[in-house]
Amino acid sequence: MIHHTSFIAVAIFATFVLGVLGLSFWLGRKGQSASGYYAAHGQIHWFVNGIAFAGDYLSAASFLGICGMIAFSGYDGFLYSIGFLAGWIVALFVIAEPIKALGTFTFADALDSRFNSRGIKLSVAISTLVVSIFYLIPQMVGAGSLITPLLGLPHEVGVVLVGVTVTLIVVTAGMVSTTWVQFIKGSLLVFFCGVLTVLILGRGLEVNAGREGAENLAPQVRTVAADGRVLIDGEPQTDDHDLRPVGTILKLPERYGEARSTGPLGPLAYLAALEDSTVVTWSAKKHADDAGRHTTYSPVERRGGDLLKPGGYFKGLTTGNLADRLDFASLMLALFCGTASLPHILIRYYTVKDGAAARKSTVVGIAAIGVFYVLTLFLGLGAMTSGALDPTDTNMAAPLLAKSFSNTLFAVISAIAFTTVLGTVSGLIMAGSGAVAHDLLENVCGMQMTDHEKIRCGKLAAVGLGIVAMVLGILFRNFNVSFLVGWAFNIAASANLPALVMLLFWPRTTRQGIVAAVTIGMLSSLAWILLSADTFEKVYGLSKDMAVTPFSQPGLVTIPLGFLVLVIVSLLTPPPLPVSSPSRR
Amino acid sequence: MTDRDPRGGDGTAASPVGLTLFFVYVLLYGGFMGLVLVRPDLLALRPFGGVNLAIVAGMGLIVAAFVLAVAYMFLRSAR
Repeated sequence: MIHHTSFIAVAIFATFVLGVLGLSFWLGRKGQSASGYYAAHGQIHWFVNGIAFAGDYLSAASFLGICGMIAFSGYDGFLYSIGFLAGWIVALFVIAEPIKALGTFTFADALDSRFNSRGIKLSVAISTLVVSIFYLIPQMVGAGSLITPLLGLPHEVGVVLVGVTVTLIVVTAGMVSTTWVQFIKGSLLVFFCGVLTVLILGRGLEVNAGREGAENLAPQVRTVAADGRVLIDGEPQTDDHDLRPVGTILKLPERYGEARSTGPLGPLAYLAALEDSTVVTWSAKKHADDAGRHTTYSPVERRGGDLLKPGGYFKGLTTGNLADRLDFASLMLALFCGTASLPHILIRYYTVKDGAAARKSTVVGIAAIGVFYVLTLFLGLGAMTSGALDPTDTNMAAPLLAKSFSNTLFAVISAIAFTTVLGTVSGLIMAGSGAVAHDLLENVCGMQMTDHEKIRCGKLAAVGLGIVAMVLGILFRNFNVSFLVGWAFNIAASANLPALVMLLFWPRTTRQGIVAAVTIGMLSSLAWILLSADTFEKVYGLSKDMAVTPFSQPGLVTIPLGFLVLVIVSLLTPPPLPVSSPSRR
Repeated sequence: MTDRDPRGGDGTAASPVGLTLFFVYVLLYGGFMGLVLVRPDLLALRPFGGVNLAIVAGMGLIVAAFVLAVAYMFLRSAR
């Protein structure tokens, strides 16, 4: 769809971005040390750190991806919400306090605290980089998706804008400014999603919302011709001849009689009314011929109750296909295990002063993140029935839902979504730059650096990672961002969790065991993803029948594999020598 | 055995209270995901005010995470 920008949208958006940058430069004026750059001197208050956890974690996948998935496929997007939140239980009960006690700046510090091994530092630094890059891709894709309707600029411009802004944030003040950006973003995101949910419930459910008459249920065909022109139903795409926005209620429950609106509803009444309504969702089917690549969008009438139960997106849950069910189980395992293995989450434990602060900040994080994920269900369902969806872009559901209320709210929500991307990407680039400068160059390569040089090295690494993120964000533009984040969780859980858990709970763990578990976990999950049906179809453009792996999500196999490798290698190598004191730097 | 024994008191150990609560949540999460995998039809039942079991259980898991987290904070503070 062709989207047009408005002055107010640009003004609000510019205010948000410039405000964030201004804050970053202001914080950056303070004198810096390596401890300040990488860990904010360990002096962040636990409440601020807890909200910053939410800011770090509630990425484009959580906001744009889940809302889009619920809007187009129903309940299954909410399963992502449940899995994403459940992962925090592992972080709080198992990881939070020990990781704080073990490490200094990076995840590698913690895993290496008992061994002082270059092998561990190298393998963990590489896994941190791989996970961070896989997590960066969906954030950048989300940024590009936002920019097109907000500012009327191409996807690529949005990606570059985020890349440049985030790199500036990180290089100006490191972890201090990153923390405050995430605090502001986390607070705004939860607050305005709450506002949007109140508006959704206040509007209730409407038949043919947002349009004068009934929704036009004729299929729509978008063609990208061989010469690059975009055609809608065979005619060139223009402002007057474009795809129609979609997603409405066709019929309310019988108890509302002939009424076209339910009026304001409470949360439970809203869900109950939707269960008994008839909803029109739109499916997309692609094919190609000599004339170009065609996508046909077709309406599907569905009972609300069918959209509010599992199976809309994860088809295997209803068809009974074993491989599809294993794929789902694998994803849910990866979401559960992945949160506590994400480097950009783990490094946030070094910004507070002690284990108690780490614990309290995690509880605050769980509260803020939990509230947000409850809201995602209403945002997604509100978008599904708003009559405002762009059938070509699932990631735009939440901002377009806001637009169905007002252009100002659309601008605010889009700007918050953009700062959402800024916050998460800045955390990821911080984690990645720490892995390059602190782990690889300083600890593995043995480069002797002054405090000033350590910071400069971290900033250069941040610039490099920013460029990589921009390129990948442009290459992966057509993916649902939640789907892409699933990959990052799988790799993180497979590479990092076995080593971390066994280090904490099994004294016989050896450095060779940790190196082997991290390396095998990372390589096996990466290889599995690259050889999976999803990648063959969506990345390589080949038939998914050519895929090598039986299902696409690797976690179910590669997480246990990481544990197994660690145990076997540790038993085959000499036990670790007793040490008299922690080898923290 | 090193003095960094995970069962030791140097802050590098997960607490027994935390581990107990962790396993409680694993049971809840695993039970729900098992139901989604094996009997998704049961989740379409509507025993609570017209809202189906899938939504009630999903919301319940989110609330349970928060309740356990708060309980953990108080239990650890009391020790």
